[in-house]
Amino acid sequence: MVKKNINLDTYAKNTWCPGCGNFGILAAFKMAISSLLTDGLPKENIVVVSGIGCSSKIIDYLNLNSFSSLHGRPIASAEGIKLGNPNLKVIVCAGDGGTYNEGISHLIHAAKRNIDITVLVHNNRNFALTTGQFTATSPEGFKGKSTPKGSIEEQFDPIKIMLASKATFIARGYSAKVEHLKNLILKGVNHRGFSFIDILQPCVSFFDTYKFYNERIFEMKSENLTSEKEALKKINQWGYGQKGMKIPIGIFYKIQKPTYEKRLLKGLIPSKRKKRIKVTI
Amino acid sequence: MKKDFSILVGGAAGEGSRKAGLMIAKLFSNLGYRIFIYDDYQSLIRGGHSFSQIRASNKKVLTHRKKIDFLLALDETTIRKHQADLDKKGVIIYNSDKVSIKDENAIGIAMETIVKKAGGVSIMGNSAFIAGFAKIIGIGWKTLEKLFKKEFKKSKGVNLKIAKKAFNDTKNLIKIKKLNQKSLSVLTGNEALSLGAVKAGLDFYIAYPMTPATGILHYLAARKEDFGIAVAQLENEVSIVNAAIGASYTGARTMVGTSGGGFALMTEGLSLAAQSEIPLVIVESQRMSPATGVPTYSGQGDLLFALTAGHGDILRFVIAPGDADEACFWAGKILNLSWKYQTPSILLIDKEISESTFSFDKNILNKIKYEKPSVWDKDGQYLRYKNTKNGISPLAFPGEKNVISKANSYEHDEFGITVEDEKSTEKMQNKRLRKFKEMKKEVNKLEAIKIYGNKYAKKAIIVWGSTKGPAKEAAEKLGIKMIQPIILEPFPKKQMKEALRGVNKLILLETNALGQMEKVLNCYGIRVDRKILKYNARPFLPEEIEKKLSKF
Repeated sequence: MVKKNINLDTYAKNTWCPGCGNFGILAAFKMAISSLLTDGLPKENIVVVSGIGCSSKIIDYLNLNSFSSLHGRPIASAEGIKLGNPNLKVIVCAGDGGTYNEGISHLIHAAKRNIDITVLVHNNRNFALTTGQFTATSPEGFKGKSTPKGSIEEQFDPIKIMLASKATFIARGYSAKVEHLKNLILKGVNHRGFSFIDILQPCVSFFDTYKFYNERIFEMKSENLTSEKEALKKINQWGYGQKGMKIPIGIFYKIQKPTYEKRLLKGLIPSKRKKRIKVTI
Repeated sequence: MKKDFSILVGGAAGEGSRKAGLMIAKLFSNLGYRIFIYDDYQSLIRGGHSFSQIRASNKKVLTHRKKIDFLLALDETTIRKHQADLDKKGVIIYNSDKVSIKDENAIGIAMETIVKKAGGVSIMGNSAFIAGFAKIIGIGWKTLEKLFKKEFKKSKGVNLKIAKKAFNDTKNLIKIKKLNQKSLSVLTGNEALSLGAVKAGLDFYIAYPMTPATGILHYLAARKEDFGIAVAQLENEVSIVNAAIGASYTGARTMVGTSGGGFALMTEGLSLAAQSEIPLVIVESQRMSPATGVPTYSGQGDLLFALTAGHGDILRFVIAPGDADEACFWAGKILNLSWKYQTPSILLIDKEISESTFSFDKNILNKIKYEKPSVWDKDGQYLRYKNTKNGISPLAFPGEKNVISKANSYEHDEFGITVEDEKSTEKMQNKRLRKFKEMKKEVNKLEAIKIYGNKYAKKAIIVWGSTKGPAKEAAEKLGIKMIQPIILEPFPKKQMKEALRGVNKLILLETNALGQMEKVLNCYGIRVDRKILKYNARPFLPEEIEKKLSKF
């Protein structure tokens, strides 16, 4: 069935660089939301939460409920939003700098507690809005303004961190494979529990990886998704460095576990709670 | 007939002196006495020296005093440390299995022997101690038994057996009179403020453990089903404050609690709440000294920090209640104010209020109600930051039909889209400035300053927060005026001017090293003649205030 895209535009002027990977993510995001809305999800129940950076400008371009949080904090904000009203679909759009550097503790703990939010990391593997410094996923040797001779730190693998942190939905997408990414976002949002999608995103101004990714990226088959061992095998094909001939995208791992908000709130909706008049000591 | 008693119960941490103190306080409370308990403990789990000092009086008391009538020693250290403060007619009661003492007026209770015979475990020695003391002061077995049955859920039988034996073995010394007034509940400041917040419609409490605010988390976690609220502990204070703002954005009345160090981590949240105009209530319970400082003791050193924390132009409410009743009332009020003005606010207390135990008048709760904030009239397109006359933009929440609510930490237009141009930036700042004006007007309508002692005295002391307790007692005794500002931001200029009328000598008292309140007063053109500062991590005592004031 062909679904018509619903107009989600605002009057805000787009300020991303021409050719920015964020355009692909925005397109995939809108398609995924359109599909959810067509399937009957009330528009008012969607909240997009962003951090700070190029990625986070996305909320200005979406005519949806949104919360522009602080750098590194959108996951913490999103958790509060989900706990305040668990009926909301809460989607975080944040960058690698905010998620893996400034706010890594929130990512790990949100995954650990399996709160039902979706985290999309626009991973261009550098701090772009501050004009190109290395982040946790910049490859060792990354030449930026703070590391003119190349970064001396080895990058880490966020997918592996998510597996160790007990995330129940772990995937990787590519901003230039819009249809594939749209499906990943849909699956992530529909997953009951913490869903994490690292989106490889070329940065035309400071880390142009189009050629590198186009030569290496391939779509994984969706199989053995509940096996940690199998997930690890897939993850180990590429460690976010300059080496490796193949970069798999798709879902690495997906299991079902009770969600945090269900266990914590037991049906209570704090924002809709009747105001109590009587208080006993 | 004496109607004001001081009882000190001390021992090593883990020996149960706090619980024993609380039970003794409840014995007095049941007889109509008004209670104050000062709890002194170190940052350790076992060993060291902890004590509870109970004041039981026919009148409301908000402080302990130096002189002790009964010194209850679970160990030798307690006698060594506190014997000097024992009144001439005072009595030592001690664990005779552990402590040997030459004082012939001292009364021994063979705690260990009694426990062993009854087949109990060593912590139950406290039951023997409490029962022995009850006998000494002439409390009947029936009253004691009733309290034990209420307080002990587990091992009730053994504890009662131990208590009965100690009660029978101990001689009666005096007869404490039952007072002809209603018995009140005894609560800590943390518990009282929790009740106040719940009464004003608290939906969600989020915290990371930090002394002395942890008691709020414990109390609300234990009672969340009763109150029908949510309580969560998250990974750190940064996530706490951001999650709280997120929850408030959905319409849930959310509060967080911490001490100075945790508050330092939360300051980014103050800016976020101010800029995105989302209500946020932070309980900041101070402890002594910078950094880790003296973690289980009190001080008032975070005043200037609370008033100025957060980057950018922020106006916030800072309210500093001085006892449990006020903590309850103002916790409710600050939650309502925060929602009315969609602004961050800080309830500034300290260890003396958080962890001390007070007789609590539950009528305070009747003065607190849920106050409905300004909400969207559902007319036209919803604008989160509608440029209104009073600067307050009506609230609507995600999930509501036809609502698109765009909250933004960037400067934004009325809809919530990021802007950077000078015209929009100034326009939105002006909107917030108009709101600040309204907040200032609101303070004028509230009882922001309290006066105690002799209202007409020319000599006045000015105190804030927990220093109220000992200062009030001293001021009343000396017949001078006491001025207690409760709302510290926006500063109640008019009310302060009124309070200072006729005063020609103003003395400031606070428990910090820099005299921070003086700086605040100076900002409003108020000069203090003298400062009495205390910064050894212990609260003022009425006796020392009286002595110091008599010099000026």
